[in-house]
Amino acid sequence: MTTTRDRTEPMLGDAWTITRRQFWHWRAQPGGFTVGLLFPVLVTLMFGALFGGAIAGPGEDYYSFLMPGIFVMAMLFGLETTMTAVNTDASRGVTDRFRSLPIHPAAVVLGRCLADMIYTVLGLIVLMAAGLALGWRWSDGMTGGLTAVALLLMLRFALLWVGIFVGLIAPGPETVVAVQILVWPISMLSNIFVDPATMPGWLGALASWNPLSATATATRELFGNPTWASASWVNEHALLLSVIWPVAITAVFAPLAVRAYRRLGG
Amino acid sequence: MNSTAPAIDVRDLRKHYPNTPDGTGLSGVDLHVPAGGVHALLGPNGAGKTTTIRILTTLLRADSGTARVTGFDVRTQGRQVRRRIGLVGQAAAVDEVLTGRQNLLMLGRLNHLCTAADRAGALLDRFGLTDAADRRVSTYSGGMRRRLDLAAALVVDPPVLFVDEPTTGLDPAGRRDVWAAIGDLVTGGTTVLLTTQYLEEADALAGQITMLAAGRVVARGTPDELKARVGGDWLEITPADPAELPRYREIAARVGEPVDRGGGLAVPVVDRTRALVTVSAALAEAGLDPLDLSVRRPTLDEAFLQLTGPASTPPATATAGPTVDEVSR
Repeated sequence: MTTTRDRTEPMLGDAWTITRRQFWHWRAQPGGFTVGLLFPVLVTLMFGALFGGAIAGPGEDYYSFLMPGIFVMAMLFGLETTMTAVNTDASRGVTDRFRSLPIHPAAVVLGRCLADMIYTVLGLIVLMAAGLALGWRWSDGMTGGLTAVALLLMLRFALLWVGIFVGLIAPGPETVVAVQILVWPISMLSNIFVDPATMPGWLGALASWNPLSATATATRELFGNPTWASASWVNEHALLLSVIWPVAITAVFAPLAVRAYRRLGG
Repeated sequence: MNSTAPAIDVRDLRKHYPNTPDGTGLSGVDLHVPAGGVHALLGPNGAGKTTTIRILTTLLRADSGTARVTGFDVRTQGRQVRRRIGLVGQAAAVDEVLTGRQNLLMLGRLNHLCTAADRAGALLDRFGLTDAADRRVSTYSGGMRRRLDLAAALVVDPPVLFVDEPTTGLDPAGRRDVWAAIGDLVTGGTTVLLTTQYLEEADALAGQITMLAAGRVVARGTPDELKARVGGDWLEITPADPAELPRYREIAARVGEPVDRGGGLAVPVVDRTRALVTVSAALAEAGLDPLDLSVRRPTLDEAFLQLTGPASTPPATATAGPTVDEVSR
């Protein structure tokens, strides 16, 4: 038999191997890698340049209002990356091969998390650079800015579990596409672009309570960007909710994802 | 590895799928595979072959029964089992975006090999993939993918290798390649459990065959033993005049035990050529001119019917379509 390094499974080492696999993917598919990073920039330009003139933001400059919303939207877009990768591996038998290896079961998921979070950070850097070029600024100091970034990543981390869960239970790519389409109405039905106060009552309430709205409002405040003037409870507690929502989503979907992963074994 | 333990030891394995029409995956399978050699699980779709493989590779939990691989229980000692097995699943479970070398390198690292790069190189060489090593797998042919898949399962040189339908969907050249690769493994001392739907494939590769149907073992033995039981040809005779059937039966009885089938007779025969010659000569001598006289091989489905159903079920009652030898009327 070939000699192996040790008898216990080094979970972090294995997770890192899975993450490095994703680096190889990026190198092999620079087109997809770049488009994924630039897509939110495109969305920014689309909304800023096309609709920016028609939609009235709360501040002077639409971009300084829009950018935090786009950051939040980019976190939601990340869901697709996770979902597609997990589903492809599961349907091609790659997940089964990993499961038949002497590695810690959490290593595969952890490696996926790490790769997706790295991609998210890269995407956020690109998007912030684009925002700065378009005139967006954060004016509330380093602490506020970094806290805002932390909130965004927290939301992304929560959505990662949703992505893993859906990716595992989806029978095939068709389902994944259906979920991808839902990403749009979910981001529209928030305060990212439009003030929920202008929507019909029940729709406005839904938009206000959207987890994306909480993170959008909280990051706007932390970056020192204009927010919708609303005295509603959700708006005034946006910072609190922007922490509670991701924690709640993770609390629900992480166990569901783990269960779905175990269910692969009947 | 415990040298006294059989490679695979399965007792009364049961698995029920609540969400499928018939609901049964396995209903009491026993399997005993000594170390070394190739053992084939032969059966049609839905026989329980893949379910058995998935249970043995710790991917799926059985409802009841015990399964041991190299002496370790797949349920309670999954980790030890996973250190000693390789799995080649039905779909080539290789990452299409990566190159062949990257796939093997990744698996070497996940198996904690000190020399993952050397191992990858050696395996690529062994499976004739050195030229394609640094090309993306998406550019590989079906046979190359399957070979890479085999190489991937052999990264740690496992004592027991599971191969689920290795040649399904391959062209004849790809099939030959994979057969040769499996043959090589055995000389290296690996125990291989493979599943297949083809009697021919089991015959070519395996020293022992276990036949599964509807979640049960219906037969086991060497390829020759099984072929003697199920692989016999059927001589079919259709008289021109049904009234002459008793005379035909008398002649057919010289080469086997004829059974009535429709308006004619079917006789299981051992030597197809001799049976055909004998019967046609006898018919000519008796002045009988049959409407049809043909020999055909049973399909695998018929073989299973014969093993599971009444002893002398004539082939035409089987649900299977005609084989190439059958003469259509």
